[in-house]
Amino acid sequence: MTLLHIRNLSVDFATASGQFRAVDGVDQDVNESEILAIVGESGSGKSVSMLAVMGLLPWTATVTADELTFDGQDLLTMDPRARRKIVGKDLAMIFQEPMSSLNPCFTVGWQIREALRVHLGMGRRERQARAIELFEQVGIPDPEKRLSAFPHQMSGGMNQRVMIAMAIACKPKLLIADEPTTALDVTIQAQILDLLASLRDETGMGLVLITHDMGVVAETAERVSVQYAGQKIEEQPVVPLFETPHHPYTSALLDALPERATEKRLPTIPGVVPGQFDRPAGCLFSPRCQFANAKCKAEAPRPSSIELGHARCFYPLNSNERAAS
Amino acid sequence: MLNYALSRLLTFIPTFIGVTLISFSFIRALPGDPIQVMAGERGISDERYAELAKQFGYDRPIYVQFWDYLTGVLQGDLGNSFVTKRPVWDEFFALFPATLELSICAMIFAVALGLPAGVIAAVNRGKFFDRALMSTALVGYSMPIFWWALLLIIVFSGNLQWTPVSGRIDLLYYFPDPTGFMIIDSLASGQKGAFTSAMRHLILPTIVLGTIPLAVIARQTRSAMLEVLGEDYIRTARAKGMSPGRINGIHALRNALIPVITVIGLSVGTLLAGAILTETIFSWPGIGKWMVDSIFRRDYPVVQGGLLLIAVMVMIVNLTVDMLYGVINPKIRKR
Ligand SMILES: Nc1ncnc2c1ncn2[C@@H]1O[C@H](COP(=O)(O)OP(=O)(O)OP(=O)(O)O)[C@@H](O)[C@H]1O
Ligand code: SF4
Ligand SMILES: [Mg+2]
Repeated sequence: MTLLHIRNLSVDFATASGQFRAVDGVDQDVNESEILAIVGESGSGKSVSMLAVMGLLPWTATVTADELTFDGQDLLTMDPRARRKIVGKDLAMIFQEPMSSLNPCFTVGWQIREALRVHLGMGRRERQARAIELFEQVGIPDPEKRLSAFPHQMSGGMNQRVMIAMAIACKPKLLIADEPTTALDVTIQAQILDLLASLRDETGMGLVLITHDMGVVAETAERVSVQYAGQKIEEQPVVPLFETPHHPYTSALLDALPERATEKRLPTIPGVVPGQFDRPAGCLFSPRCQFANAKCKAEAPRPSSIELGHARCFYPLNSNERAAS
Repeated sequence: MLNYALSRLLTFIPTFIGVTLISFSFIRALPGDPIQVMAGERGISDERYAELAKQFGYDRPIYVQFWDYLTGVLQGDLGNSFVTKRPVWDEFFALFPATLELSICAMIFAVALGLPAGVIAAVNRGKFFDRALMSTALVGYSMPIFWWALLLIIVFSGNLQWTPVSGRIDLLYYFPDPTGFMIIDSLASGQKGAFTSAMRHLILPTIVLGTIPLAVIARQTRSAMLEVLGEDYIRTARAKGMSPGRINGIHALRNALIPVITVIGLSVGTLLAGAILTETIFSWPGIGKWMVDSIFRRDYPVVQGGLLLIAVMVMIVNLTVDMLYGVINPKIRKR
């Protein structure tokens, strides 16, 4: 069943130099207990689109969408109070920097119990018991003692475990993890990803994994959505995406992978993601695309059929038409 | 924590000696001396002057006088007032509660209004309330105490007749003062109307003295809140579905308090300086008025001893604030 249903989501920021479209017409579905990866270079609007779902964007942002529903509830028309009942309970999110994402003035135990009290109205004893259980679940040793620690007394990896424990405290249906391992050591990265995947197996929650790392995508994700300059340019299940990418950008991402994902960073493609001032007319990827022609530079491609991974391209790769031409 | 307190106490020693020296030199740097002031308009013969100077020890070299003073201080003897002949120590502690009462009220006034004002301004950044509040704070900060006091007196005591002009309580009340705090003693006396009278006398001096700290606290709270509100952990709190009230009032304020507490501690010094003026304007019988009177009388022991005690009070407050800082900021406490 579809948990998160997004149609034509756009986010505009009011900046000193005018409107800037950070997310542009994104369609996205996330199903129950699936792992969807969102990949793309820095500035491609991955975080902003998910922050829009959570309702966490600053007031300078204008969010528009044809449809934006979570678990059958319309997030667009929902008032803030009702939304707060969902956010943090059924819909949770963790972030890139575990160190700065926890409040330095409160113990980690307090921060977890707070969610339990506000959302579930648990009593004191019950909250403590559940907090201990959660710490065990996310693999924090010596939970009773760790609960009374402050964030600065723990390592980044432990803090990310705390963040995860906090996010799953109310048994969410969907967890959005925004580059949860980027700030951590390589060995810790693998542990955290394993933890997230195993939590998904245990609880059956959906998981959206925002990442730069094609290696992470290959190992963890089931379906992959590729974003570029605010647009979703392709979406496929993970195996076909790696085998038969349809969008030239996806293909370039994969080609640039040394030995296909041993390097732990996103491969480099010549040029940069267009920003506010150098947004090209036509296809947004055209300045960097080796197949670009006059039509690409003049006209914006629409998403193609599902067989072609919704690729936003006039000339999708690995397609029959292309083979014919 | 204890080690920290002790190490802080050690740093007191040089400060203490410095303050002793400054308080000693300050009053002597002013033209005139206590003998001339006592003699007044009539003047005094040179022989008589020399005789008195010898009697008070002012004929000796200045460093000998300072050494005398310093050894006295270290033994807890601040000397006697020229005018009243009573020990400076006794006079100070007889008058200090009045100053303390006024200062505490002014601080409560400043914190109670300044904190919420700063928080609300930060939350409504750039909107009307924020702008209005911050301009008011700027005015409050730069308002000369004297002028502000006179304005309030003219309006509230003169035109509206709501508040008394001077003193701590109406003259018809008389009761023992075991604590020296008029609010407490008046309540304890059980005399009808005494407490109300004491409160009414407190209002204007409190506002006058509290205005600058209020402005400082409001501005500092606002800027600390603005900084904190942009932090990642605030986004986390919102991602947890916490209400704006909880986020601003608990998650953000708790962090913003750390710099605000420092500012509150620092304004205690300013507050005591302001108390001197305020007490003079409102004839408030505290150490501020006592110091000013003594300066005019060139009452050397009172001025140097009083300044020293005030400085020690400020140091104690700063130490307390430092300790409080440790309590409120977990990062410091555990180190
Ligand atoms: N508050 C904001 N005001 C203005 N522009 C913003 C704001 N937040 C993000 N942007 C812009 O929106 C674009 C997309 O940002 P976003 O953070 O979603 O990228 P991302 O794909 O998550 O990149 P990264 O991998 O670096 O996290 C960027 O160009 C960014 O500068
Ligand atoms: S539309 Fe043209 S420029 Fe854009 S990706 Fe396809 S081929 Fe390249
Ligand atoms: Mg991001």
